[in-house]
Amino acid sequence: MNKARSNPLNTFAMHGALIFYTLIALFPVFVILINSFKTRKAIFREPLALPDADSFSMIGYQTVMKQGDFFLYFQNSLIVTVASLTLILLFGAMAAYALSEYRFKGNMLMGLYLALGIMIPIRIGTVAILEMMVATGLVNTLWALILVYTAQGLPLAVFILSEFMKQVSDDLKNAGRIDGLSEYTIFFRLVLPLVRPAMATVAVFNMIPIWNDLWFPLILAPAEETKTLTLGSQVFIGQFVTDWNAVLSALSMAILPVLILYVIFSRQLIRGITSGAVK
Amino acid sequence: MTRPRIRWHIVVFLAPAVLVYTAVMIFPLFNTLRLALYSEVDQSRVFVGLQNFQTLFFDPIWSEQFCNALGNNFWFFLIHMLVQNPIGIALAALLSHPRLRFAVLYRSAIFIPTILSFVIVGFAWKLILSPIWGIAPSMLDAVGLKSLFAPWLGKEEYALTTLALISVWQFVGIPMMLIYAALLSIPEEILEAGEVDGITGTSAFWKIKLPLILPSIGIISVLTFVGNFNAFDLIYAAQGALAGPDFSTDILGTFMYRTFFGFQLQLGDPHMGSAIAGAMFAIILLGVCVYLFGIQTRMRRYQL
Repeated sequence: MNKARSNPLNTFAMHGALIFYTLIALFPVFVILINSFKTRKAIFREPLALPDADSFSMIGYQTVMKQGDFFLYFQNSLIVTVASLTLILLFGAMAAYALSEYRFKGNMLMGLYLALGIMIPIRIGTVAILEMMVATGLVNTLWALILVYTAQGLPLAVFILSEFMKQVSDDLKNAGRIDGLSEYTIFFRLVLPLVRPAMATVAVFNMIPIWNDLWFPLILAPAEETKTLTLGSQVFIGQFVTDWNAVLSALSMAILPVLILYVIFSRQLIRGITSGAVK
Repeated sequence: MTRPRIRWHIVVFLAPAVLVYTAVMIFPLFNTLRLALYSEVDQSRVFVGLQNFQTLFFDPIWSEQFCNALGNNFWFFLIHMLVQNPIGIALAALLSHPRLRFAVLYRSAIFIPTILSFVIVGFAWKLILSPIWGIAPSMLDAVGLKSLFAPWLGKEEYALTTLALISVWQFVGIPMMLIYAALLSIPEEILEAGEVDGITGTSAFWKIKLPLILPSIGIISVLTFVGNFNAFDLIYAAQGALAGPDFSTDILGTFMYRTFFGFQLQLGDPHMGSAIAGAMFAIILLGVCVYLFGIQTRMRRYQL
């Protein structure tokens, strides 16, 4: 690294700009979180003050716990996200392996067909998806969401995973074949463990949009017992607009799980994006 | 000559992905486009050809709403292109500076809004900008600009721009990350060669780095385009399905939702909803094609 490129004044200005933008990025989250722990009076009198012994209150959280079924919503979100991710990874890896490992007629065409969905949003087909889910009786079940998210995530998953699977050494697979392993065993025992980092990238990429989606839960599964956390908080907040404690607490409860997941996976996510997986 | 045999394991590997993708994504997509050609008369489905599109584009009641949503959507996209992407590029340029300390910390913090759901973002900003709570006015007051404050989300002339800026706030992390990755992949030798020729600092950014990251900027633009013309959640979370005040924040996504599901007194109409989806499909396809054939193939790619 060269010395000519850094001087103290520049460094200072750079940190200044970055800190300024970081504050803009974090400020709203911070305001919501601190005010969710305050009394109603304190929320309005001193919105920017941290909660202290006087103004501390959990009343908002109590209302949320009493009124909304947030544990159920959370559970639904978790089931939908985990199930969709599992299917995306399993089906996506299998298809990616077929496309990258074997030469067969229509390989290119199949790859293009699957890649189509990267650019075209699945929401365009909502009217027909709803009709189909109604016809098959899947409407207001978590399965409807799982299927939609799986279809939505597959194109990018196949694309990224097949890039990575091309890098797995042929010698290894051929050694397996000589030892008499079946193609399935080679895939599950030899190839899958080697592309685990790429699978993690795909999982993290898909996790956020699935967890945060409002459109499909609203249309395909709005029933009380299938609401996801995102839809549940939307509805809850809509009903309690004037109860600021409850609204702020509900928002905080929706923020926290994502924030925790982000802290756990941010390294993976950032590495995934910066490794050029989406280039 | 040997008879080509079917290698069943290939079929087994491909089948689940292709089946789910075809059944839940591709088939409904075309089915939606087909439904746009039908209408409901006396509770039965009748083929009406392009009549729905004719209504959508030429019936004054419909075309006015459609043009409003389309125009708003373009404005929404323009703000993202003019604000989100330049800020993202600037942040990435700062972050990719060699020997910058705490870069990981800044990066992770600035990306946090992107992981939040639209519901959280919409309501959090609604509360902050609310004149009742007074965080925004009192903060403007602190820097002596209180007179600038207006209930931005409640005024027809500001609401859409405000929402677009909120969306920019949320998603600036994505262009930042992608450009950051592109900047990191520029080999050190090229920059050093520039330095030997006396090109350093900002001029190195404009003359060397920016031309090299143009392909990434192209990808970000098309991602922004597709994302914006497919947007719905933020407007719905902040302003509701009516996209108030007085439809001033209505974009194609909310327009389609209202038409499809109905609202208040208007009944839902899946066929008109499909027609709007068809129009959205055409717009997105057009944008992607412009990118693929007009921009990507003409862009000079430098071998790094």
